[in-house]
Amino acid sequence: MLELRNITAGYQGFEVIKNVNISFAKGSITGIIGKNGCGKTTLLKTAAQLLKPISGDIILNGGSISKMPEKKLATKISFLPQIRSTPNTTVYNLVMHGRFPYLGFPRIPHAKDKAIVKKALATLGLKKYRNKNVRELSGGERQKVYLAMVLAQDTDYIFLDEPTTFLDINHQLEILAIIKELKKLGKAVIMVIHDLNNALTNCDKICLLDKGEVVIYGSPKTVYSSGAIERVFQVKCEEVTLQKKGQSQYVFSL
Amino acid sequence: MAAILAGCALSLAGLVLQTVLNNALAGPSIIGVSSGAGLFTALITFFPAYLTLIPLAAFAGALIATLLVYFIAKKTGASRMTIVLSGAAVSSFLGAFTDTILTIKPDTAISRIGFLIGGLSGVTMDGIKLPGILIFISFVLVFIFSYDLNVLSLGDETAKSLGLNVAKFRFIFIVLSSLLAGSAISFAGLLGFIGLIVPHAARFIIGYDNRLLVPVTALLGSSFALFCDILARTIFAPYEIPVGIIMSFLGGPFFIYLLLKQRRRLIDA
Repeated sequence: MLELRNITAGYQGFEVIKNVNISFAKGSITGIIGKNGCGKTTLLKTAAQLLKPISGDIILNGGSISKMPEKKLATKISFLPQIRSTPNTTVYNLVMHGRFPYLGFPRIPHAKDKAIVKKALATLGLKKYRNKNVRELSGGERQKVYLAMVLAQDTDYIFLDEPTTFLDINHQLEILAIIKELKKLGKAVIMVIHDLNNALTNCDKICLLDKGEVVIYGSPKTVYSSGAIERVFQVKCEEVTLQKKGQSQYVFSL
Repeated sequence: MAAILAGCALSLAGLVLQTVLNNALAGPSIIGVSSGAGLFTALITFFPAYLTLIPLAAFAGALIATLLVYFIAKKTGASRMTIVLSGAAVSSFLGAFTDTILTIKPDTAISRIGFLIGGLSGVTMDGIKLPGILIFISFVLVFIFSYDLNVLSLGDETAKSLGLNVAKFRFIFIVLSSLLAGSAISFAGLLGFIGLIVPHAARFIIGYDNRLLVPVTALLGSSFALFCDILARTIFAPYEIPVGIIMSFLGGPFFIYLLLKQRRRLIDA
């Protein structure tokens, strides 16, 4: 269990998120939603320890992570930023970077590391791209390569900043399917997501932020029923059931 | 030997700076590192008793200039363009100091023209002993940490998430690149362009993996400097022209080519 206790965080003393109390359990998907600039990415970066909180503490399995060495922390928590440079390297080499926290000097991967990378490539259907340059791949394929890197990093908690943004519908659904696979592997996936329908239909928990504060944190049904989404986003939200599949979908209008 | 050392050091300094600052246009002579080293080298000539410490003074100057450029760029957004622009500003400012010193004190222990253009004539084995040791140590350290350079090139947030102490390693690499550039400048003067062009040439040959790139850049830089030095000694024999002139003749057009190639990325930055 990863727990944020009374976290206030921001940049250069300016508070972006305030008094956040939230916890993430393994084997679950949490969607962080909210309007632009409400502090979603700040929350994600703080929870992943990329940003030091102004106050409060983050507890992992009963102990504070504030003093944990970087490399040890990187074996517990991984973070995939939304905007990344595209490295000029092969798919295999990039995925191998996921093993960096486990490599001692002189940073030579062992057979175990190679096996884990091979498995990560296979799990995400990237074997055929193994020796291809990452820059030659489409946006959706690159996102899969980065997810393979995260898989190779083998952490219990995975933070993803808008993993489906800028992707076509096919790749969006593919990435969401991969995220569900990560959950099946027992990982806790915490992601910032703008598509509210995708958030409500794919996540186990929803955290709705407004002006840096948690408005509601609970199951999609609870969050939907509370009417908080309609209040925060100033939209109308309606649940519809697909006749053929019997699944719930959410439709939004002004 | 001086050409080999200077070529290796400046090329490696360029490679490290380009990776650490995530900027293809970074090089010791572009972003102010050389100017800092040059200024401190010129300053120490006021103290003739300490002339043996020129390499250390050059290192200090290079380090101060690099950190200055880095902090200015960081304060103003740290984009590729800001780093190059702040480097140009720092370079010009420090260069003006060096020019002033060399102009008002023309009888300093270093030759004004030779120093500003960069040259290897008159370098003695004794003069390259300390810089040689510093260059060798820096090369070994850069090579040892070359995989960390690969991780750093993924961007700060990804590198941090992979467990790399980004601030610490960026500082270590800036110190090492300053040590390399400062040591070379202390005996070879302000050699231009080699630190910019050789890392790119090495990337064209073997790709972007720093584990290979570090030794290949060092080798290529040494070979290029040696080649330029031989040209400088033979083209107008018996007269020897400063090797910096040859390097700038070859490096200038390549830099323009690079600027044209990078145009889109610069606009994006």
